[in-house]
Amino acid sequence: MKRFSWLIPTIYILFLMLPIYWLITMSFKTTNEILGSFTLFPQKFTLANYKTIFTDPTWYWGYFNSIIYVSLNTVISLAAALPAAYAFSRYRFLGDKHLFFWLLTNRMAPAAVFALPIFQLYSSVSLFDTHIAVALAHTLFNIPLSVWILEGFMSGVPRQLDDTAYVDGYSFPAFFTRIFIPTIASGIGVAAFFCFMFSWVELLLAKTLTAVYAKPIAAIMTRTASTSGYELGLLAAAGTLTIIPGAIVIYFVRHHIARGFALGRV
Amino acid sequence: MSLELKQVVKRVDGQTHIHPVDLVLEPGSFNTLLGTTLAGKTTLMQIMAGLEKPTSGEIWFNGRNVTGVAVQKRNVSMVHQLFINYPMMNVFDNIASPLKIGGYSATDIKKRVGEMAELLHISDLLDRRPSELSGGQQQRTAMARALVKQSDLILLDEPLANLDFKLREDLRDQLPRLFARRECVVVYATTEPVEALLLGGKTVAVHEGKVVQFGVSSQIYHQPGSLISARVFSEPPINTTTVVKTGNKIAINETVHWACQGSTKQLPDGKYTLAIRPHHVTPVRPHKTAITIDAIVEVAELSGSESIIHFEAFGQSWVSQSHGVHPFANGEKAKLFADVSKAFYFDAEGQIACSADGGI
Repeated sequence: MKRFSWLIPTIYILFLMLPIYWLITMSFKTTNEILGSFTLFPQKFTLANYKTIFTDPTWYWGYFNSIIYVSLNTVISLAAALPAAYAFSRYRFLGDKHLFFWLLTNRMAPAAVFALPIFQLYSSVSLFDTHIAVALAHTLFNIPLSVWILEGFMSGVPRQLDDTAYVDGYSFPAFFTRIFIPTIASGIGVAAFFCFMFSWVELLLAKTLTAVYAKPIAAIMTRTASTSGYELGLLAAAGTLTIIPGAIVIYFVRHHIARGFALGRV
Repeated sequence: MSLELKQVVKRVDGQTHIHPVDLVLEPGSFNTLLGTTLAGKTTLMQIMAGLEKPTSGEIWFNGRNVTGVAVQKRNVSMVHQLFINYPMMNVFDNIASPLKIGGYSATDIKKRVGEMAELLHISDLLDRRPSELSGGQQQRTAMARALVKQSDLILLDEPLANLDFKLREDLRDQLPRLFARRECVVVYATTEPVEALLLGGKTVAVHEGKVVQFGVSSQIYHQPGSLISARVFSEPPINTTTVVKTGNKIAINETVHWACQGSTKQLPDGKYTLAIRPHHVTPVRPHKTAITIDAIVEVAELSGSESIIHFEAFGQSWVSQSHGVHPFANGEKAKLFADVSKAFYFDAEGQIACSADGGI
């Protein structure tokens, strides 16, 4: 029994990695090869797909657009969630527990529910097809999540730390920026990671709220069929590039995420 | 630098946490707040510090009303029971933090932090993070931070409670030395009567949000003003029972009674509560006048040189504390002896009626 204990995880990981492997090999194949034959390795290795993406502005601007509104969203979400989480963690006020739970219920509604009203609203104040529009729409989901995560980390910091800082002579803003934020830095990292991830992969709102100038990469990738037929190789290359930012971010916060899980808030 | 509380009251959500408290703490004094958990010690300290505002009443410092003044402007220091340090700063920066905020020069900070670290034996730990230190070292760091600025008021909220025995003794011995030559008011909260006695100075006995007695520590121990005060200042808990004095006789019941001695002779006849400290109830008869108690042993805790026997007598739970090892089986019937000449008598209101003769 013991001798085969490696078997199950290996099979599991193999199954997990298979689609990713397939995506990456496809990105180095020509579309003809993908459609014409079944090959494990690229027969005719090509970088043409990547070249297209890096040279065609409609492609590479998709990445820029995504990165711009994802960053904006992360900053806005954290800026709003930090004080909110501090209030939930440190003060008792009327309806605090209900409000805290209500925040989470926002996440229970599918994005499609919000797509139409937000589209109407943003069009009327000419926010349509701007980066900030997508960033703001995504805060609807990311602020509650950030508050929830940050509150867990903040409540892990004893209240006496606040008192100690005040006694030492720190004013509230000085305490918050110089003592408290560094103390919960890993929590902020985890919250930022989740904001980033949600915003990066969210398609529906991002697609609905943009047309040309702020069109995200995920939306561009949905134009699979072009005049020259299905460009599967190009699509695979774009997909491969889309995985990379997420992989980089997760590498940096991997230890902190484990802490977040331990606190039961992720 | 005197600290004065005038009719200070604290109410939270309709519950009174602190009943009107009047207190004058003198400059350069060491004051112990003694009381059980939830007695209101921490709340009192937070009010003294300015972290909490009293619901009513005033706080005066050096003849100045500081009731509404923010803690940042009061020049106080505080050490908590949990070892509170800034986790992302090393020990040096932790100790230096109040000085940096206070606008001291870099060379001055270095000198002061160095001195303080020397005094608390943490000089070789200055570049470590708090998480890399033992509990004792963490608490020393917190103390160094509290002492490094010349505060007018230093509050220590059970600073030794979470340390293990050896470290606690060590640090407790150093404490009075740290405050010597300072003009500040020191307030030290503890749940342990022994600590209040060992640290000397004055004791504020606190019970359920009220100050029940304030005075020199040993005096409160020897002359508790009330039954509550005697209870607060006794560990193991003080033994009590009702007695009746008639003429020259004091009786617990028909079989246990004794003739009045010394100052008890002046007591008017009536009902009293007798309170006797555990170490005056022993398995060995101390002298002839001690009374005999028929006890049913509940549990006997034997340490190397001391026996603590919990037993039932007169329908109450009593405790005996004695030198030597006196083994008893649980439920065993035993004869114990109480030296009633060392007992206190409290009247129906719980006020002292008669103290023990010749001290305890």
